[in-house]
Order: sequence, then C-alpha cells, then structure tokens
Amino acid sequence: MSVAVAELATRSRVHYLNESYGVKSWLLTTDHKRIAILYMVSITFMFLVGACAAALMRIQLLEPAGAIVQPETYNKLFSIHGIIMVWFFLIPSIPAVLGNFLIPMMIGARDVAFPKLNLLSWYIYIIGACFILYTLIYGGVDTGWTFYTPYSSTYSNSHVFGAAAGVFIVGFSSILTGLNFIVTVHKMRAPGMTWFRLPLFIWSLYATSIVLVLATPVLAITLSLMAMERFLHIGIFNPAIGGDPLLFQHLFWFYSHPAVYIMVLPAMGVISELVAAYSRRRVYGYAFVAFSSFAIALIAFLVWGHHMFVSGQSVYAGMVFSALSFLVAIPSGIKVFNWTATLYKGSNSYDAPMLYALGFLGLFTMGGLTGLFLASLSIDVHLHDTYFVIAHFHYIMVGGSVMAYMGGLHYWWPKMTGRLYPDKWARFAAFTIFIGFNLTFFPQYILGYLGMLRRYAVYPAQFQALNVLSSAGASILGVGYFIPLVYLIWSMRYGREAGPNPWRAKGLEWETASPPPRENFEETPIVTEEAYAYPTRPRAVRV
Amino acid sequence: MIQVFNFGIATAASLFFPLHPPAASTIAPQVDYLYYFLTAFTLFFTFLIFAFIFYFMVKYRRRSEDEVPEEVKVSIPLELTWTLIPTAICALIFFWGSSLFFRNARPPANSMEVFVVGKQWMWQLQHANGAREINELHVPLNVPVKLTMTSEDVIHDFFVPAFRVKEDVLPGRYTSIWFQATKLGSFMFECAQMCGAFHSSMHGEVIVMKPDDFAHWLATNAPSQTMSSAGGQLFSQLGCASCHQEDSSGKYPQLAGIYGHQVTLRNGARATVDEGFLRSAIVNPNSEPVAGYSVSMPSFQGQINEVQLLDLIAYIKTLGAARKEAAIQ
Repeated sequence: MSVAVAELATRSRVHYLNESYGVKSWLLTTDHKRIAILYMVSITFMFLVGACAAALMRIQLLEPAGAIVQPETYNKLFSIHGIIMVWFFLIPSIPAVLGNFLIPMMIGARDVAFPKLNLLSWYIYIIGACFILYTLIYGGVDTGWTFYTPYSSTYSNSHVFGAAAGVFIVGFSSILTGLNFIVTVHKMRAPGMTWFRLPLFIWSLYATSIVLVLATPVLAITLSLMAMERFLHIGIFNPAIGGDPLLFQHLFWFYSHPAVYIMVLPAMGVISELVAAYSRRRVYGYAFVAFSSFAIALIAFLVWGHHMFVSGQSVYAGMVFSALSFLVAIPSGIKVFNWTATLYKGSNSYDAPMLYALGFLGLFTMGGLTGLFLASLSIDVHLHDTYFVIAHFHYIMVGGSVMAYMGGLHYWWPKMTGRLYPDKWARFAAFTIFIGFNLTFFPQYILGYLGMLRRYAVYPAQFQALNVLSSAGASILGVGYFIPLVYLIWSMRYGREAGPNPWRAKGLEWETASPPPRENFEETPIVTEEAYAYPTRPRAVRV
Repeated sequence: MIQVFNFGIATAASLFFPLHPPAASTIAPQVDYLYYFLTAFTLFFTFLIFAFIFYFMVKYRRRSEDEVPEEVKVSIPLELTWTLIPTAICALIFFWGSSLFFRNARPPANSMEVFVVGKQWMWQLQHANGAREINELHVPLNVPVKLTMTSEDVIHDFFVPAFRVKEDVLPGRYTSIWFQATKLGSFMFECAQMCGAFHSSMHGEVIVMKPDDFAHWLATNAPSQTMSSAGGQLFSQLGCASCHQEDSSGKYPQLAGIYGHQVTLRNGARATVDEGFLRSAIVNPNSEPVAGYSVSMPSFQGQINEVQLLDLIAYIKTLGAARKEAAIQ
C-alpha cells in the first residue's frame, strides 16, 4: 500500500517532465534536462542509422567477393557509418546528454550559464543531421569520414559537399556546448563547491570542453578549404594547381586526434562516478585522476602526426610524434590503475552500471595497449590502414566510450525518469554487449597484422574465416544494444519508482527528487564536503 | 623468458590460424619480433588488470546494504610506481620501434631501382632498362630494391604485407621505400589508401626470383629503349637541349653531374638535387629557383605525364654518371 501512496505522491509532484506538456513545451524549452532528453532521442536515432550501415558492412564482408553491394556502395556505407558515429553520436553522446543533464545538478546550479544558447546548440545539431540525412538519401558520400584530398576535393563524384556541410555545421553545436560548460563550471558552482570538491565527471567534461572550443574551429576551416577547392579550384590541396595534398591531413588530424579525446575523456568521467558509487568509496588518487585529464587534453594537441607515419612526412617528425604518442598513454594508464585501486577494500556491488564500468576497464585497457603498437614507428608502417587500426579504435570508442555511455545512462536513468529498469535484464545486456563486442573486434586485430586492409569492399579469400567470426560477433552485439532499448522504454511507464537515491550514492544530483524539479533544487544547496564523501571505518588494527 | 613466452603463444596460436603473414624480407622478422614482444606486454597487463578486478570484486563484494568499507589512504609511492614503470616501458618500446624504423629509412646505395606510378585503379611499374609491368613486380632474391613512387591522380599507398613495408604514393611528389626479399615466391601487394570505387581491387604481386632467372627475365622483357634513352629522346623533343647544353656560357644551369649535388637557391637555402627536386624543377620551375640564373624556364605541367617525367629524370641522372666515372679514373 505504501508503494501505491509513494507512486501517487510522485505523480502529483511537479517535476521537469510533467510541468508542461505538448510539442511546443519541448521544442522551445531552455531547461538543460529537457535539452538533454532532446539530444538523447536525436543521437539514438542517428546511432540506429549508423548501426544499420555497420550491419550492411558486416554482411558484405561475409564473402571475400562481397556478399551484397557493389564496391562503390560499400565505400558509401563505411563513410556514412564513420561520419554519423563520430560527429552525430560519439562526440555529442556523453557531453550533450549526460553532461547537459548533470553538470548543473552536480555543481548545485539551476541551469547552465546560457540556457538559450544550449537550445540553439541542439537546433544546430539537428540542422547538421538534416544535411547528413539528405546526403544519405540523395546518393551518399564515398570519401570515408576523413575526407582526404585530392580525392574529396577533385575526384569523388559523390555528395561530398552535403556531408562536409553537415559536419561543418554540427561543429558549431560542439563549440557552443563546450563554451556553455566552461562558463557554467566557472560561474555557477553552489556556495562551498570548490574545485577540489567537484566530482571527477565535471573535471573531465571541463577538459573536454576546452578541447571542443580550441580544436573544432580547425575542422571548420579545413572543411571550408576543401569545399572551396572543390568548387573554386583555388589550389590549396591539389598538386596539379600548386597545392599540397598532405596539408589537408595535417589540418584534419590537428582536429581529429583531439576529437578522439573529446570522445573518451567524458567516458573517463563517467567511469570515475560509477566506480565510486558502486564501491562506495572516494576515487583513489582523486587529484591524479583529475589532472591526468588535463595532461591528456594538452598532449592530445601534439600527436596528430602519428596518423601520417607513412604519408611521406620526415623521419624526424615521425620520431617526435611517436614519442609524444607514447607520452599520452601514461595519463590514461594512471586512470586505469587508480580506478582499479578504488575497488580495493570497497563495498563493491554488481549492479548493471558497475558491470558496464568493469567492461570499460577491460576493453579500454586493451584498446590503449594496442595503441602502443600503432605509436611504435616500425610496427605502424605495417599496421597503418589495416584492420588492426579498426580494432584498436573500436576498443577505445565502442569498448570505451559506448560502454561508459551505457553505464552512465543506466546509473542516472532513475534520476532522469524517476523509474528503475529491470536489473536482471540490464546485467544480461551488459554481458551480451561485452561478449558480442569482443567477438566482433578481437579477430580484427589478427586480420590487421595478416594484412587485411580497411575500406576494402572485397578481400583475399584467406581472410574469410576471421571475417565471418567478426560478423557473427556483430550480430550478438546488435542484440546486446537492442535489449536496453526495449527495457529502458518499457521502464518509463512500468518501471519501479526509484526514489531520490536508489543507489545510495553521494553527489548533489542524488540529493534532489527523481525526476528533479524544473529548478533542480528546492533551495540552492550549500556544499560542506568533498565529492564521494562515503563513510569509512578506520583501518582495522591487528592485535 | 619473454622469448620463450613469445615463442609459446606464436606456436600455440599458429596451430589454428597464421598470426602473421609470410616474413619474406630482411626487416620482416625484426618487425615481427617487436610485435610479439608488444603482444606479450599487452596480454600481461590486460591479465594483470583483469586479475585485480576479479580479485577485488570477489573479495570485497558488498555483503550487506549497510556495510561501511575500511578507510584506504592514497599512497604517493604507489602512484609514482604505476606512473614511472609504464613510462620506462614506453620509452623502451619507443626506442626499439624508432631505431628499427630509422635503420631502415634509407635504401642502401647499391639498390636496384624500380619506378612506380599509381593511378585509379592500377599500378604501372618500370625497371631502369625500360621493362614495364602492370600490377606485377619481378625482383631478384637478396638484392635491395628501391621503389620511387608517384601518383597520376589521388593518394594511393604501396603495401607489401610479406615485406612489412608501406608508404603513401602521392600526386605531385616522389616517395620511396626499399626492401630486400629473402624468400622466393610471389607475395601480394595492395593499395592501402582509399582511392575510390575499386580501391580494394588495386593489387598485384611481387615475384621474387633467383638472380639468374631475374636477369634472364629482365633481358627478355627489355624494350628497345631504356628509361634513360627514352628520356634522352624526350629531352631533345621538348626542346630542353636548346638551353641546357654544355656551352651556354653560364646563362642556364648545366645539368651534367648535377644529380646528387647541392645547389644554392635564390632565397639562400641549400637543396640537394634528387628525383623530387628535378621533378619540381621541370613541372614547377619557379617554385625553387636556383641562384645565379635570371632567365625563368617555362613550366611543363600538364605537357608531360608521370612516366615521361621519370624517363627524363633517368636521363638527367646519366648525364652526371659519365663525368663522375671520368673523375674517378
């Protein structure tokens, strides 16, 4: 009976989801929580489009001669898969969904610093996405997500402009979101919320925002130059009219390598929260974890040349970029060791978000360590542009970032919706994703060293067995992603009432109701303790 | 220890499927050795992290909802340990990988030269004696071979997995790789840089032959003209000879013996005359003008294709050779 009463209480309570109804109340909202939901729906849709492209690719590669499509179509599939997954799913995923929802609540604010700008970022994202969908429907783009010149600027007959325009536009969405977060963290913290009391999620999103604001304009410039070259033949990248095709690669990777960290730093922030909440202790080495985010953000700007070891760049430049690439691995290692150490003498639970976090630790470790192969010059010569590279960055981007996004979504879902999902299904899905992921991408490491090249629509017959294994894994992975889609939607109506703090976790976001009221807190909280102030008992003294 | 471990995983896994492509060049075993070291290192650390996670998750599992965990103080020595040990290992791998790369960066002086032109979607290869091949490359066993490569259109990449060599092939400039084959047989080469619709069909085979067989093959496939004699013909056809002749009283650059020498540019910089320098001097003569000559040369951009350019450069290189030999004697 008491459950029914509580249910009634939540229904009658006014919160951000039920304070107003109707399409207009959503499309004109300036509430950071509603904007987060808008982003969540949009990026889930784009993820499904990108995943369909991946599914078709894995079907194509079941047979060495290509099972279903012409090579030209295959090129369009991997291009759209890359463009959508990088710019329309991974980059906005954790920052724009979880970041938008949580940053103000975690620092005790009512909203972000510029709520209208926040809504504008979402509209810019939608305009960019429309360009991409237009490109897809009207014939696609075949340059790969990297748009290398002079192929993109002179030789491709596909819709390069539409795709580049979409990416150009969505970049401004990133810049505005980054700007908003930086100002919010500086100016909107509640009384007592000092920098070293901030949750590590805030630290890592702050570092991400700096990279977003500094790196994304370079992408905009690069793509504009490419488009100008394509239409006006101004001779920047085409050597036939005095340009330099490698200049594009330098500019592109000057953005796109930091972009890798735009995708993975927020994931690291989520993992810090999950590990702390489910082991009920402060993250081990808080300051080391916080500052390693900044070390990563800084060095990320200096390693772009490791994408160009075989491009004809000088041997000495290659050596400098190789050394810096090894250096950027160290702070990531520090984080993994600290998270693992947090589990030591913790009160560790096996809730679904924790399983995602542990999955992240394993997969990110493998992804990071295989990155050392690619940072090493003479091995990269052999592995460059092979499936080894594909496997490596999917371990980071999918094994790392998507696992963290899923973990974060499960952790904060009760806060966002006020409901709990079925925990058994959630744990089952986490396992399925982990198994499916490894089956899909582990064989690709071996394929890569054997010499199977990326972006190949047809391939030598001796690689078939491993490719079939990989495609089989992809189907399991697909099922793993489908299950949460079903039970999360189901839980919005039928899930158990969560209450304000179902995990008994620390953090300001858990001190307000679920779902939170429009203003987040009934009254502005005053912070008196550090993040993760979980109770501990003194060390046992041996007698 | 590591060697034994490497050998162990290599043999265990190779019972099911191969773990590396054939190792058929001098550098291939060296690259494989570093690869297996890194694989062992990766497996070790992955298992280490997994083992700690499993141990902590089981030993310190939550036993009751109200459990209060024991206090743990952050240990700075521990933080330093897991910062410094990985840094040291990374430094080791960096030096290992870089020194291998650096040692193999320059082709030996006695390398046999082959010229490669990539275009959508085929490879044209040419030997110094003029013998041409399409999507096939015949080379002798145990002889260093240097490939000088360029593209007619987009960026391609010449990759021979069995030799562990790969380099982008760019329009408008020359890049080069070299290898020394150590096994007879034919080995796949592929385009590694996405170059359009039929990118994945842009492949061919390197055929490694015994030196005698190769000499025979080369002789039977020799056309009437070597690259340099074809270049000589172009040299007079295109009117190069009218300015670049022996007695032009210092008005125009002398080409005899210029290959491999340093020249001073008008902006004061020094440049070595190599294939790339000669190429840009022909198609884009005013980009790096040589000091001391006031007359500007017309550009041959668009009037001459990449194969002809290589012929012309081969001819210019022979202009020096005769003089050098004379000087040595």
